[in-house]
Amino acid sequence: MNTLDWIVLLITMIGIAAYGAWHTRHTDQLDTYLKGSKTTRWGTIGISVMATQASAITFLSIPGQGFESGIGFVQNYFGLPLALIIVSALFLPIYRKLGVYTAYEFLGQRFDAKTRLLGAGLFLLQRGLAAGVTIYAPAIILATVLGWRLDLTIIATGVLVIIYTVTGGSAAVSLTQKWQMSIIFGGMVTAFFILIARLPPGLGLGGATHVAGAMGKLQAVDFSLNPDRRYTLWTGLFGGLFLSLSYFGTDQSQVQRYIGGAALREGRLGLMFNALLKIPMQFSILLLGALLFVFYQFQPAPVFFNRVEWQQNAGGTNAVVFHALEDRNAALHVLKQEKIQAWLDARNHGDTVAEPAARAAMLEAQAATEAVRNEARAALTAANPLAQTKDSDYVFIGFILDQLPHGVIGLLIAVMIAAALGSKAGELNALGTTTTIDLWRHFRPLAAHDEARNVRAAKWLTALWGLVAIAFALFAGFSENLIEAINIIGSIFYGVVLGIFLVAFFLKSVGGTAVFWAAVAAQTMIFALYLLRHRFPVLDISYLWYNLIGCAACVMFSLMLQTLLPRKPKLAVQNP
Amino acid sequence: MKLPPDPVTDDKSPGVPGFRTWRGVYLFVFAVFVAVVVLLALFSRLFA
Repeated sequence: MNTLDWIVLLITMIGIAAYGAWHTRHTDQLDTYLKGSKTTRWGTIGISVMATQASAITFLSIPGQGFESGIGFVQNYFGLPLALIIVSALFLPIYRKLGVYTAYEFLGQRFDAKTRLLGAGLFLLQRGLAAGVTIYAPAIILATVLGWRLDLTIIATGVLVIIYTVTGGSAAVSLTQKWQMSIIFGGMVTAFFILIARLPPGLGLGGATHVAGAMGKLQAVDFSLNPDRRYTLWTGLFGGLFLSLSYFGTDQSQVQRYIGGAALREGRLGLMFNALLKIPMQFSILLLGALLFVFYQFQPAPVFFNRVEWQQNAGGTNAVVFHALEDRNAALHVLKQEKIQAWLDARNHGDTVAEPAARAAMLEAQAATEAVRNEARAALTAANPLAQTKDSDYVFIGFILDQLPHGVIGLLIAVMIAAALGSKAGELNALGTTTTIDLWRHFRPLAAHDEARNVRAAKWLTALWGLVAIAFALFAGFSENLIEAINIIGSIFYGVVLGIFLVAFFLKSVGGTAVFWAAVAAQTMIFALYLLRHRFPVLDISYLWYNLIGCAACVMFSLMLQTLLPRKPKLAVQNP
Repeated sequence: MKLPPDPVTDDKSPGVPGFRTWRGVYLFVFAVFVAVVVLLALFSRLFA
């Protein structure tokens, strides 16, 4: 990064944060602080919902997923539009009619205090863990490739988001997310067009798409019923539906985005905006990754894309092995390029005899390259057992730094940080709100009538969660693909929370005690499934199924327990 | 025990040109979703 990149980065990031904080600095009403401005329209709500879900990991890891495994990850989002229709039709009208600040207040009104606390507690636990990941994930990648200090990167981004989120609450979050998403869309579209322009002359978007398809990167829909496959149409539709229903319907970081606004209509249209755009957006980001794969078939590609990690371990006695792997990778790359060109020539000339053989030779060359890359990972682990061996998160950022002009590099780094700040702000806002409304006010009911004191408490608790997230990010280590780490954490908790809400909405005969203990049992079962998955191969299923299993178990256990427990009439309704 | 009140009725106009009810909006969104999945399946087959 040069001076121009720094100027672009600092002006966009600090400018948006300062604008958000300044514009909302006089927010002193609890309703506005927690739900946002009453004049918020559907466009702002829709962008806010999108920005809260789309973290920096979305723009760092998903192109890497497209590069490594193809675009099949898009199926993960197939349940999302269906879930948003359900949330818009059923959940949102109830939340608005009850006038709740948090989704868990509804559980208190429907069941009892302990179920409300359980729902809020599960949210705080899983979102608190995820909050650490969302701040750590982009920081580790940016710090590694840009040579920044990891601790300072975490602290700087964390403090920036704390300042404007604490100052203006939900109003500041929505306002800043709108501008951050503008930067994100602008940056990603720019990167896409530059990538197309950098493809070899004569190949173009059409040719690159055919190469990606022939090399197995464009399998968007997989109809397989094999439960071992992580992303299929069925895991996306069913597991994804439950994951999305739980995330959008019961996770306060999303509920808080759409329960405010000028009218019910605004929240609903904001959700439908996401239902229409989310799959095309994710497809575009994955396609960018698949096209990056094609780009690196014609440009020298490193044997391991996390070049800093590679270089750090390439010295001493490892040097011979590492250099040999680099040389073999370079030789195979040249060979593969010839095979790809031979396939393209056969295809372009309509040579139906030579084309299948050329394709087989191309795939064989690709398999040989993959084998060397796997050897490189093994060599890295042998040299340093603690080394990060997953390099797909570094593919896109590597392209940005190597191929984009200065100024645009700053813009793309701003994209990553804007996405990190946007999602982080939504999370902190929700964590602070839930702690204030469901815990602090619950244990200090007299304070509920003092609006100024409530706003002060919400500000302090939001700041506290920000500091917790920074501390967690500073001291934690994450080894798996980062976006999957967040989804796995979510899937472990979401199913059960959704089960509680589905019982609340649809099983009116079930009371608080039954659903509470059913949720505890179902959550214990999901923990056991996750922890024992390596010991018992039959339990090693796609994590998306945890959403469905947890939800179904909670609902079934609730019904069973309700038949066993005497039902006590509720004497008093909890104060929201 | 107090049960949650029923959701607001679905027959209020969404205020979107071309749609008179929310049911119509949801059906449109669902139809677009189905079309996107079909297009993605065709895309996979075309470039396989």
